Amino acid sequence: MSIPLRWLRRNLITIAGLITLAYLILPNIVVMVFSFNKPNGRFNYAWQRGSLDAWKDPCGVADMCDSLSLSLQIAAWATVGATVLGTMIAFALVRFRFRARGAINSLIFLPMAMPEVVMAASLLTLFLNMGAQLGFWTILIAHIMFCLSFVVTAVKARVMSMDPRLEEAARDLYAGPVQTFVRVTLPIAAPGIAAGALLSFALSFDDFIITNFNAGSTVTFPMFVWGSAQRGTPVQINVIGTAMFIIAVLVVLAAQLLSNSRQKNSAKP
Amino acid sequence: MTTLAETPPAAELPLRKPLLRRKLVPYWLLLPGIIWLLIFFALPMVYQASTSVQTGSLEKGFQVTWHFQTYWDAFKEYYPQFIRSLLYAGTATVLCLILGYPLAYLIAFKAGRWRNVVLILVIAPFFTSFLIRTLAWKTILADGGPVVHVLNTLHVLDVTSWLGWTEGSRVLATPMAVVCGLTYNFLPFMILPLYTSLERIDGRLHEAAGDLYATPATTFRKVTFPLSMPGVVSGTLLTFIPASGDYVNAELLGSTDQKMVGNVIQSQFLRVLDYPTAAALSFILMAIVLVMVTVYIRRAGTEDLV
Repeated sequence: MSIPLRWLRRNLITIAGLITLAYLILPNIVVMVFSFNKPNGRFNYAWQRGSLDAWKDPCGVADMCDSLSLSLQIAAWATVGATVLGTMIAFALVRFRFRARGAINSLIFLPMAMPEVVMAASLLTLFLNMGAQLGFWTILIAHIMFCLSFVVTAVKARVMSMDPRLEEAARDLYAGPVQTFVRVTLPIAAPGIAAGALLSFALSFDDFIITNFNAGSTVTFPMFVWGSAQRGTPVQINVIGTAMFIIAVLVVLAAQLLSNSRQKNSAKP
Repeated sequence: MTTLAETPPAAELPLRKPLLRRKLVPYWLLLPGIIWLLIFFALPMVYQASTSVQTGSLEKGFQVTWHFQTYWDAFKEYYPQFIRSLLYAGTATVLCLILGYPLAYLIAFKAGRWRNVVLILVIAPFFTSFLIRTLAWKTILADGGPVVHVLNTLHVLDVTSWLGWTEGSRVLATPMAVVCGLTYNFLPFMILPLYTSLERIDGRLHEAAGDLYATPATTFRKVTFPLSMPGVVSGTLLTFIPASGDYVNAELLGSTDQKMVGNVIQSQFLRVLDYPTAAALSFILMAIVLVMVTVYIRRAGTEDLV
């Protein structure tokens, strides 16, 4: 009796951690399993019988794939916009001394410390007052706005931890400012910039709250899912969700393997 | 970056010019992004403030009449939703901390070569739309489903029903379902900062505590937990702030009795089209969250969050 108890006590944290992990993963497993369901009614909430129908015809639902491609486009542009603007701000903040630093820092921090619904509602009042046509452009503007702060934070962390002597060394070896930036600074900052870009893409692609306020009659993928929760959930939603999950895991694993092999290569004499 | 690229080689220029240019570089770097934030983040706040003190109707148009009464009326009518929002978000934050800490600890100290795999599993759900994952909870918590069945058999539902968290043998459309969804959705935002701050802790500190005859529990209480405080603070903020304004979980997993303030703002803005009330509600929520966050950061003593 006492040996299993002791084992339990020693591994308590591991067990608790694994329970949390299960809690995090369970919905993804449900989404995956129910992508093979053939529901009886309009809603895909109860298991009926296995079927590959949805996987054979992922775009079989009206408007779903259009909304998906719109979301991908918006996410791509928002990533480009937020990454460029955010990286510039991050470099300015770390590398230069100038006036109004504090104000600029809080302007960047506040969008992250604000409930999304507040930003969404206030942005809508701006667009309504300006008489802007709600749609692709208002969504893109909003997405660049809320992704920006996250890029700044990610890039700033990376640039701050970088050794300034590397750039000094480059300058001592007669590299011009442009050469130093392109050959030394940018490669070192690249992981931070990549992290910011990835985060932007994920945030923009998955955003519902701000988009819902500022989209007008334009339908992004999350808005399609939201609408379907009222009208009836097609199995194809689960197919897309599962495919996204698998692609994301593969991309992350590939990146991991790539950086591992690079580390091994650079370790060789 | 463009300005850096456009700067010609320094040798070709007279000495004073590059100095002046160098002084202007940070402003050029900041300008586009800061203008973006000023126009699409700060300016909307001003517009919202002005909208909240307007009166009028959709047909006749709205005029600024400094009608502060709207704030009082809005608060009086919707204070249950405010209290509910803070209560649900607070409960979800505490649950996230209790559930997230062991997992972050596991990744930081015990996972070994599994560390990256577990980290990927924590981040990967992000890449499936959170709405799809929230809908999956409808299946998991469905009436007569395995989860409800087990909870019923163990008489857990009797206790929770008595506490008012569930109703009879139902979990869906109750406060418990909404809090469960909120906890689930924001858990990664708790785990990642916790992991970052735990990972920085020098393992030798644990050994030192052990050498000084501290029990594992004392080591945790006196060494590990205090050193992980920055992660606890930013994790709780990253969970509480979005949870307090969320309306997705209450809409998908709750009933009309679980509506949060986000739901009210959403329907006032997009369905009822009562812009002044919606703007006032949004402002009150913002004020409450900002005050709570400021007080919390002051008391927790970590101001270097950015």
